[in-house]
Amino acid sequence: MHELSIAQSLFEIVLEEGRRYRLERVNTIRLQIGALAAVVPEALTFSFNMISENSIASGALLEIETVPVVAHCPKCDVLCEVENLVFLCPECGEPLFDIVSGRELSIIDIEGETGEEDGAG
Amino acid sequence: MAQVKVPIVRNILQANERLAAENRRRFDEAGIYVFNLMSSPGAGKTSLLERTIDHLSGRIKMAVIEGDIQTSYDAERIQQKGVQAVQINTDGGCHLDGNMIQQAMDSLDLAHVDLLIIENVGNLVCPAEFNLGEHDKVMIFSVTEGDEKPLKYPLMFQTSSVLLINKIDLLPYVDCDLSKVRDRARQLNGGQEVFEISCRTGEGLEPWFVWLEGKVRERQSRRSARA
Ligand SMILES: Nc1nc2c(ncn2[C@@H]2O[C@H](COP(=O)(O)OP(=O)(O)O)[C@@H](O)[C@H]2O)c(=O)[nH]1
Ligand SMILES: [Mg+2]
Ligand SMILES: [Zn+2]
Repeated sequence: MHELSIAQSLFEIVLEEGRRYRLERVNTIRLQIGALAAVVPEALTFSFNMISENSIASGALLEIETVPVVAHCPKCDVLCEVENLVFLCPECGEPLFDIVSGRELSIIDIEGETGEEDGAG
Repeated sequence: MAQVKVPIVRNILQANERLAAENRRRFDEAGIYVFNLMSSPGAGKTSLLERTIDHLSGRIKMAVIEGDIQTSYDAERIQQKGVQAVQINTDGGCHLDGNMIQQAMDSLDLAHVDLLIIENVGNLVCPAEFNLGEHDKVMIFSVTEGDEKPLKYPLMFQTSSVLLINKIDLLPYVDCDLSKVRDRARQLNGGQEVFEISCRTGEGLEPWFVWLEGKVRERQSRRSARA
């Protein structure tokens, strides 16, 4: 259950950014998780909900977008989507080492509320 | 109340990545070759370390960091061979991280060490996601685990430079098609070095020792080139 330690790191980033932007509440956190990352979205959400209780992010929704695995073939100089976990170029059959996407574990943005009046800046 | 959306775009594990990069810098400064050894529980990590120490000691100075969920005797098994070893108990945690390695390094004398081996917690999923600063990830898969494994643990196979297929002495007794394992591993990672070994009989270990010694010497020559 390493999702717990990933959730912990995520929580720390959310708190830090929350302070920076003076958020009083965080409603939505958007994440990109690569299809190859060893992360189960449900486990991450569960862990995050547990950790964030009684914080500005309590009850926040994790919106998780899965990023497909894409690799670059140096021989054909093309990008190809890796399907069914076969890391071989569909054109020339060469092994694909240069993984362009699919390992993401990123926070993209957060939506929340500041204590300020609307339009106050 | 003002509703706001703030862009962040940060790697969630950046704190660990930073620590791993610091560890790596320390390893490189000291000219130490480091690999992170991963497998399911019981696949043979400690057995491989014992074999490797027996073979290389006298020629290569080694140190070991042992990760385990709870107290175990792995570090003692290594110390009995006259190699310095430190045990990290993750206390339930399913993987080692950069910070644990940093702490463990403080209780090792790395001054004259050429090779540092980190035995990760027995688990094929989680350790793959946490860099420790190692030069290579090495994984062990044992033939008793069945030939479907590679597809269930793609990241582990994808990120490991070396795949050791262990317990081949048991092949006559288990339902595991080695050519299937090799094919699937090649699809996941065509650049992976594959060694078929038995830590029980010693079969197949020689090419692994040669590969490893090559890696250690390569680091050493970079160190002396700088000195
Ligand atoms: N038959 C057989 N048993 C092995 C082999 N390598 C390790 N073992 C056994 O597998 C068990 C677990 O080994 P260990 O090295 O402690 O695994 P670890 O949990 O990955 O460190 C021990 O009982 C070993 O004796 C092998 O090549 N063949
Ligand atoms: Mg062990
Ligand atoms: Zn190609």
